[in-house]
Amino acid sequence: MNPLARYEPLVDDAAAFRAACDRPLPSVVRVNEMAASPARVREAFDEEGVAYEAVEWHDGLFRLPDGNPGGNWPYVHGWTHGQEEVSVLPGLALDPRPGERVWDACAAPGSKTTQIADAMDDEGTVVANDNNLGRLSALRHNAERLGITNAIVTNQDARNFSTKPLAFDEFDRALVDAPCSCEGTCRKNPDVVDQWTLDHVHGVAGIQKGILARAVQATRPGGTVVYSTCTFAPEENEAVLDHVLEAEDCEIVAFDLPLDAAPGVTEWEGETYDESVTRANRIYPHHNDTGGFFCAKLRVGGEAGDGTGDDEEVAA
Amino acid sequence: MSDDADSDDAPTNDGQQFDRLPETPDDREVEGRASRREVLDWFEERFGIDAGVFEGYSFWEKGAGKVWIFNGEATDPSEVEAIGMTFLRTRQEHWKPTSRAATRFGYHATKNVIELDPEQAATFAAGDDQDLPEWDGDWGYLIATHEIAGESAPIGVGLYLYDELRSVVPKGSRADLPVVA
Repeated sequence: MNPLARYEPLVDDAAAFRAACDRPLPSVVRVNEMAASPARVREAFDEEGVAYEAVEWHDGLFRLPDGNPGGNWPYVHGWTHGQEEVSVLPGLALDPRPGERVWDACAAPGSKTTQIADAMDDEGTVVANDNNLGRLSALRHNAERLGITNAIVTNQDARNFSTKPLAFDEFDRALVDAPCSCEGTCRKNPDVVDQWTLDHVHGVAGIQKGILARAVQATRPGGTVVYSTCTFAPEENEAVLDHVLEAEDCEIVAFDLPLDAAPGVTEWEGETYDESVTRANRIYPHHNDTGGFFCAKLRVGGEAGDGTGDDEEVAA
Repeated sequence: MSDDADSDDAPTNDGQQFDRLPETPDDREVEGRASRREVLDWFEERFGIDAGVFEGYSFWEKGAGKVWIFNGEATDPSEVEAIGMTFLRTRQEHWKPTSRAATRFGYHATKNVIELDPEQAATFAAGDDQDLPEWDGDWGYLIATHEIAGESAPIGVGLYLYDELRSVVPKGSRADLPVVA
């Protein structure tokens, strides 16, 4: 069975959904703004004769219709990084600030880590963790190429991540861009559809719950945790949120995304989920001509500590 | 008691952890380890990069002579996979900045910078050596730059010897790029 068929009841236009999933995606690069402005990257592309198109909802993204995102001068200078459009969404939802302590729990190969470091203007500390040592070398390579100096790389199982090797024991923000069934990436990697199994969905959902719970525990009261996947499976999305809402002190908060999204679903195959999962965002390929994605923003419960909250007083 | 007992107690370089560089040579406990002061002095002397550029950054050694630059909070020592980015190779006669140190901080360099024309820049990025007898500056490690989008930008580190600029761009970072005239 093609797993995409199981999600047809969730979407507004099943035919458009399936048709979009069959179309390949163009190469996209994100500008590393700590190294160069989007305007300078455009100028360099023009000089070099690299074809590019703007992305309407983000001025730091360019589509490269001829592909080969690594074969140009801006890439060599560390001004750009190949990254699918929807993949920048969790970083936007996380909204990290310079000077903060941020955890990227499943960080390899580093697209989101480097986006986080860029948003922090390379100031503060981003802890990039992954349990796969081989994939960490890709993360290291990307972080160095982009000139990031505020990242610490760790190799732990995120479900029982220890802050012992760090200089602090809680984070201001955490991103769980979880390992998942990945059907949302079918437009660039059609094999994911053939490799899909329901057993894997159930197995990986257990891992996702463990990682998200640990992220909430490791984030300070009042802090932000973002959960994202590239699957449409409610077992790996809303069900994971529902579990963590029950088990940990946190709530799902609404947030605006710069593109069209559908709300999280509260019912799936006989299961029901907490009403607040509707504040999560489902991104379907046919709505914005992108890959598929899921993204939720959580606020960790409890009182924010003095001077560390978002409402910290600013001198006039 | 033998005289050897003392030397066994001296701290040594541990390849499994990151240790913060001592502030000055006088603070040095691990033999052969560069100090922060020496690193800053070297960048100032070799490339004219003002020490103030690195204020706020810390420097760490892991493995023999590999120095990392970091702009966050960390324990000392740190048992992690990486801390910031690789920056400088020490514990050898001629210290060598990494290519990524050159692209990240080379904008601040005022000497031992070699500006390449479009063809030379493409040759350099491909990892190929080239004859450049017109360079009349120092031999040794230079920061190679070229003009892109109206301004000069560092590409990486080259080794200049006997009228030749050797590209030391790491294999994984080499690229065949067009000559942009």
